[in-house]
Amino acid sequence: MSRYRSLRMDRPRLSFLLERRTTWVLVILALLCAAMMIVSTGIGSLYVSPLEVIRSIAGKGTAAHEVIVNKLRLPRIVIAVLVGASLAVAGAILQGLVRNPLASPDVTGITEGASLGAVLFLFLLGGSVPISWMPVSAIGGAFAVTALLYLLSWRGGVSPLRLVLIGTGLSAAFKSLSYMLIISGPLILTVKSLTFMTGSIYGVSWEKDVYTLLPWVAALLPLAWFQARHVNIQALGDEVAGSAGAHVQRSRLILLLLSVALAGAAIAIGGAISFIGLMAPHMARKLVGSSFGGLLPASALIGAIILLTADLAARTAFSPLDIPAGVFTAAIGAPFFLYMLYRHRNS
Amino acid sequence: MRLTGIVLFMTLLAFAVLCSIAFGTADIPLRHVIGSFTGYSGTQEQLIIRTARVPRALIAASVGACLAVAGALMQVIARNPIASPSTFGVNAGAAFFAVIGAGLLGFESMQAQTWMALAGAGISGLIVFVMGSMGKDGMTPVKITLAGASIAAFFASVTQGYMLTSGKMFDQVLVWLVGSVAGREMNALTAVLPYMGIGMLLALVLSRHLNVLAMGDDIAQGLGQSTARMKGAAALSIILLAGASVAAAGPVAFVGIIVPHVARRIAGSDYRWMIPYCAVLGALLLVTADLGSRYIAMPKEVPVGVMTAVIGVPFFVYIARSGRVTR
Repeated sequence: MSRYRSLRMDRPRLSFLLERRTTWVLVILALLCAAMMIVSTGIGSLYVSPLEVIRSIAGKGTAAHEVIVNKLRLPRIVIAVLVGASLAVAGAILQGLVRNPLASPDVTGITEGASLGAVLFLFLLGGSVPISWMPVSAIGGAFAVTALLYLLSWRGGVSPLRLVLIGTGLSAAFKSLSYMLIISGPLILTVKSLTFMTGSIYGVSWEKDVYTLLPWVAALLPLAWFQARHVNIQALGDEVAGSAGAHVQRSRLILLLLSVALAGAAIAIGGAISFIGLMAPHMARKLVGSSFGGLLPASALIGAIILLTADLAARTAFSPLDIPAGVFTAAIGAPFFLYMLYRHRNS
Repeated sequence: MRLTGIVLFMTLLAFAVLCSIAFGTADIPLRHVIGSFTGYSGTQEQLIIRTARVPRALIAASVGACLAVAGALMQVIARNPIASPSTFGVNAGAAFFAVIGAGLLGFESMQAQTWMALAGAGISGLIVFVMGSMGKDGMTPVKITLAGASIAAFFASVTQGYMLTSGKMFDQVLVWLVGSVAGREMNALTAVLPYMGIGMLLALVLSRHLNVLAMGDDIAQGLGQSTARMKGAAALSIILLAGASVAAAGPVAFVGIIVPHVARRIAGSDYRWMIPYCAVLGALLLVTADLGSRYIAMPKEVPVGVMTAVIGVPFFVYIARSGRVTR
């Protein structure tokens, strides 16, 4: 029996090479994620048993439970999954592009750009335009930063090192611009913007949040998966990739745009939740290796599990206080990052 | 030549400080400005000058000088032209500790705040430095930059999270988090001045040895320098300078990148001249930026940290593109 399993399609011409082990890891991760969703939905000020949660979702529970589960808790759980998965995949792509396992949307300025877009929206258009347009502004911010980043790091091509260095510079500048807006505004907007900049999925609803984010994720995640082979070849380095026939700069741009769109959409709904884009791809790489066919789905599932856990901690640890989930992802993420830095000290 | 230059810049600095005292949101005629020093009679104008404008100008000058020198020292020991207190997460660490000190531990005195900021600067600086220099190839720009950016992101998000859950002190802390010299009293400066003084003195004493250290560890050791001790002394000076600056004005960004770069262009790479130039030019930059921050969104004021961040980005981009980082 071969170690690999290949999926082939004639039209469009696509093929994936999956290790058998990878398939199993993915199945287990998916089950774990589903279990986490159900258990997490049950935990709260009123405990609902996992079986009862499933019954309520299927529409066969008691009326009270159905309201609590379906109306109040489930949107938040679904958002955690979508946001976590998108951030993780965005990070995985970015790390492949920059060929540095320590890159993530947080340190390249994409997160801060999206934050600035959202804060700008709150302060300039908040009164006149409905709040449901805020994601557009956040995604716009993410793209604007990326365009600027790309332009500034272009010197006969974009080198990964310049991308990182200039990204951190832009990130700092955008952060202080966001702060400036916040300081000049009324207190109610201050709290709203700060919550956004820390990252929280408190009080999300089906209509406003889930249905806004779902189409983005549904379109972008598969697209990212199809583009994954370009990441594989980019990982070999510019010269090798170029001589193997890859359009290095073109596919680098496409991948970057995909990563930004995913990160921007996730941040638009969940705020600047940090470090998931860094952690999830690493854990995934440990489990399934660094071929992107398996890495992206594994990252997505792990990202979802991380955010589910962080959000569960955020709403129960200091109950009744509901702490932004971003604080918890940062609290796990920073030590993790230091550990990564230690592991990669020779690469 | 270098002496004339530094005298010229000091004159400019004195002029800038005077402008910073004379001009601002409240329109005060020049004779009142002079009057508040020669014949103090306690009118409102004179009060503004003495309790608001003078401390502000002096704090801007000292913070600018300290951050610039701290940046220059960091660039030597990291051998990396984009090293600075803001990129290495030192400022963010100091800010977090100061916020925790004021909010959670109830420290109110400026003295205690300063110690918290110094501790924060030390801890975060140490983490970034150690993490960024592990491994066979030592400290590479990418490693140290990423370590700094992540530590900064971590402290920023924990600080914000703490502020959101405690639900208090938004106004003062937020303005302070961007870096601002407005609305400080004279005791904010007097509390940190000893630390700044010691740090600055240490930097000046070290400057002769920095010339040797800048040639690289191997050469410096070959010439008989104890590089570890030298780096330790420089690190102490950086922590004192950056920590005290953050305690006084918050984490003002990019001064430590812009100024050493300019100073090197003007004074050359002899650190005996570069360090004094950094101090004077840093003070000049922050006083001027602060003066400008009063006029950009008149009658509202922009925190000076935003000004330096906006001025700093082009510099940062230029240095990152110049290839000196990748060498």
